[in-house]
Amino acid sequence: MNHEAPLVNFLGLTFNLSNILMVTVASAIVFLIAVLSTRALAMKPTGMQNFMEWVMDFVRNIIKSNMDWKTGGSFHILGITLLMYVAISNFLGLPFAITYNHELWWKSPTADPVITLTLAVMVIALTHYYGIRMKGFKEYGKDFFRPMSFLFPLKIIEEFANTLTLGLRLYGNIYAGEILLGLLAGSLAATGAVGWIAASVPTLAWLAFSVFIGGIQAFIFVMLTMVYMAHKVSHDH
Amino acid sequence: MFTLDAFILGAGEGFNGGDIAFQLLMFIILMALLKKFAWGPLMGIMKQREDHIAGEIEAAEKSRVEAKQQLEEQRQLLKEARQDAQELIENARKQGDLQREEIITAARAESERLKETALREIGTEKDQAVAALREQVATLSVLIASKVIEKELTLEEQQQLINETIAKAGDLR
Repeated sequence: MNHEAPLVNFLGLTFNLSNILMVTVASAIVFLIAVLSTRALAMKPTGMQNFMEWVMDFVRNIIKSNMDWKTGGSFHILGITLLMYVAISNFLGLPFAITYNHELWWKSPTADPVITLTLAVMVIALTHYYGIRMKGFKEYGKDFFRPMSFLFPLKIIEEFANTLTLGLRLYGNIYAGEILLGLLAGSLAATGAVGWIAASVPTLAWLAFSVFIGGIQAFIFVMLTMVYMAHKVSHDH
Repeated sequence: MFTLDAFILGAGEGFNGGDIAFQLLMFIILMALLKKFAWGPLMGIMKQREDHIAGEIEAAEKSRVEAKQQLEEQRQLLKEARQDAQELIENARKQGDLQREEIITAARAESERLKETALREIGTEKDQAVAALREQVATLSVLIASKVIEKELTLEEQQQLINETIAKAGDLR
């Protein structure tokens, strides 16, 4: 459990090579799934195209439940990409973990707070950007004093709280899942035949639950992204 | 054992600035690539399908209205045809009645005329017959008279003569 991270210093920045690897793998898988399923597009959808269209409709519904489609339509691609990327990232650490020289290489990229907080900050930054772009700087600034001006400090805190909760919720869920999986599969199952048998049932159950959690967390991440976005870009809330 | 370092951002071996930059970069690249190669075309086809369906529905609606209109037209035409036929039959019947009336009247007139003509002919014939008879009687009288004058006859002879003459006259007629 006590694994080191393969850290490398380069150009004055610290890189966790495990994160670099997993981010790349997750991105590649998302890209491959998306591109392969949209190769033979047809008016009558079949197979993977159906799935992708379902994902698109799913994200469209998330956006529509938060804002009208006229303003929300521009976040469609962001939403789909986030959903796919976060979901795939969550699933990556489930089948196995790879350690080499006591360094953890294969895991969910979302089981690292740096990655999830990066995504969260990016989302919050985007909400501010679109808030200014769609409503103008004046309206955007005024929103910090609504509905009461004395709530201004709370509004500021809210922004940071939103960022932290958005990132840490995802991280916590996935990291906890992997820790427990590691304990079950790595420690309990390694104690012998009895341990292996004793571990297999809860491991299976926990794996199933982790798949569920991974999907749910991806959905929640996108949902909250759109909620925050709606707070910034819609005029009435 | 767990080290606390694993849970604390930026603790331990320094701030993971590289990860952040890499993640951000990768996500933006991924989004751009997906937009170009996957989501864009997919959205395009979905939009196309939406348009197609909308067009189909519109066309169906239009053809439905058209069909309804045509049905109405056909119904109207049928009604008109039926009316025409009715009218034609009515006309024919009226015409027939009229003709019958005419024929009967004509026949009646013709028979009247025929009767008239026959009566007139009968009258004429009768007159002629009377005239002819009168002439015959005169001639007969002259004949009888001349016979009587020619010869003195006994009563029986005279009677016989008269009878003969009359018979002869009958034969002559």
